[in-house]
Amino acid sequence: MSEKILDVRNLHTSFTTDAGEVRAVNGVSFNLEEGKSLGIVGESGSGKSVTAYSILQILTDNGRVTDGEILFKGENILKYTPAQMRQFRGKKCSIIFQDPMTSLNPTFTIGNQLMEAILLHTDRNKEQARERAEEMLNLVGVNEPKRRLKQYPHELSGGMRQRIMIAMALASEPDILIADEPTTALDVTIQAQILELMQELQKKIGMAIIMVTHDLGVIAGMCDEIIVMYGGRVCERGSAEDIFYGPAHEYTKGLLRSIPSVSTKYEKLIPIAGTPINLLNMPKGCAFCSRCDSALKICLDQVPEEQLVSPGHYASCWLNVKKQAEEAGEAQA
Amino acid sequence: MSDTKPLVDVRDLKEYFPIHTGWGRTLPLKAVDGVSFTIKPGETLGLVGESGCGKTTVGRTLLHLYKPTGGEFYFDGELVTEKNMPSLRKQMQMVFQDPYSSLNPRMTVEDIIGEPLDVHHLYSGRAERREKILSLMETVGLNAEHATRYAHEFSGGQRQRIGIARALAVNPRFIVCDEPVSALDVSIQAQVVNMFEDLREKLGVAYLFIAHDLLIVHHISDRIAVMYLGRIVEIADANELNNNPIHPYSISLLSAVPIPDPRIARSKQRIIPEGEIPSPLHKPSGCAFRTRCPYATERCAAECPELTERSDGHLVACFNK
Repeated sequence: MSEKILDVRNLHTSFTTDAGEVRAVNGVSFNLEEGKSLGIVGESGSGKSVTAYSILQILTDNGRVTDGEILFKGENILKYTPAQMRQFRGKKCSIIFQDPMTSLNPTFTIGNQLMEAILLHTDRNKEQARERAEEMLNLVGVNEPKRRLKQYPHELSGGMRQRIMIAMALASEPDILIADEPTTALDVTIQAQILELMQELQKKIGMAIIMVTHDLGVIAGMCDEIIVMYGGRVCERGSAEDIFYGPAHEYTKGLLRSIPSVSTKYEKLIPIAGTPINLLNMPKGCAFCSRCDSALKICLDQVPEEQLVSPGHYASCWLNVKKQAEEAGEAQA
Repeated sequence: MSDTKPLVDVRDLKEYFPIHTGWGRTLPLKAVDGVSFTIKPGETLGLVGESGCGKTTVGRTLLHLYKPTGGEFYFDGELVTEKNMPSLRKQMQMVFQDPYSSLNPRMTVEDIIGEPLDVHHLYSGRAERREKILSLMETVGLNAEHATRYAHEFSGGQRQRIGIARALAVNPRFIVCDEPVSALDVSIQAQVVNMFEDLREKLGVAYLFIAHDLLIVHHISDRIAVMYLGRIVEIADANELNNNPIHPYSISLLSAVPIPDPRIARSKQRIIPEGEIPSPLHKPSGCAFRTRCPYATERCAAECPELTERSDGHLVACFNK
């Protein structure tokens, strides 16, 4: 068994706003093994990006981690000093953002920005950094790297910019790469190119990837482990096979039913009723219960605990508790 | 079905935008460069392609939101001109991509949905106007109590319902849907897609369904047209296109679609074209796809391939496939 590189335990993150405290992440736990890919799926406002930002401590000023532990190779990074945190960011763990159009500085050249990352995180001098930058551009499949280094972000297409972002994130050979909706802004053929590149680089460099996305198709092709989030909590986590072929939470089931597939052309889609939850107005019980068809009375009042469904596969749903209790009852009888 | 007269008949539609390149010079940006297709009453034609291929421009040019540069558009046998467009808008409507910017924030839902009724004088008194608005709201699944609220009070999915009710207000026979679900959350997309299907069954409207999500387009469309840099490269029945794509661009586009099934996704062989889409300002000569096409020959650079019929209703614009 490979080593746990990241262990997130009971993470809580809140934002103070004029309208009140927004609990964006409410007790999220998961772990990431070395060299593996973990996918975090959920709709907007489910807390998937905030979870990723909490790991890197890049929340906006009004946000803070209120509880929990994030263990990186056994060390709690929430206890890090700002200097240690700077070492962690970029060197041990880097991130690529959704929008490659706005995450590069338009006033500096690609070379300038790429070399900045290299100079900051490795002991190379300027000349070596330039060589390394060229090498990185080659690695991510950017043609004519020498010329690209002198260009500005606006001269490149969206797919190219996302490649530059990946090159920048990987320049210091991090142990973990967090990808926050890396292909949402890109076209399908470019998306396929970028995803293929990330998988190739993962094999070559051996880093672990945390992929944050709302696209179940992207997750299915990329990730070994999947976390499904709703309303700031983890609904279900397990291997890709567990989640896609044996979902144990009503939200996951609903999500999988609602996406069209090639074979169901003449069938009606089965949508999840209702609208996404308002984080300012969280219910007392399970966050999904107002949209759940099979909600029980207890779902309204109590948040379900995480239960083991099968080895490595966990779900937080009262229906599973009920089912397990019934099975136990039958066994006794 | 095959002998019914087409409701929408577009022939050689062109839309060029003048782009100022500095020093007083302009270049034509050929956003749509000779697009022809037909849609029968009650039929859904899906229009897919990547950003910048001109799919949105096709929809907007049909409704004269842009003045067409060339080509003809027959609606129910009648040639659409600038003169008869205002009255024809009673029969053609549009649903926009972004439900946040396509609704006026200063208007109540009642006024948004009522505006087309006002413009086309479709009621005789206030009571009838209100009645019509409420019945439209019911059709798209909104409550009567929502009528006095403003657009910002609604979620994305509900706003899109308001936009659809507005389009339906004039009882159109044809609706251009420009990426109507791409701004919505996955769990809400299915609600809106189902609504489009219900409305088609109930009211018999025809759709031009423009989107980049191929799984959704495949689900909702009878036929699908694939666009690349201003031209249709392939048009076929939805299942036929999915099972038997012929144009090299369609093949790579379909192979790039991420399938939400781990076993299929991992075993799938992707055929991704080299490089990126050229700028529509400097389109390659001949077939626009030739710079990325593995089958390109000299002929592709010299001539532009026309759509030719390969099997019943399956048209492809390629010399070599």
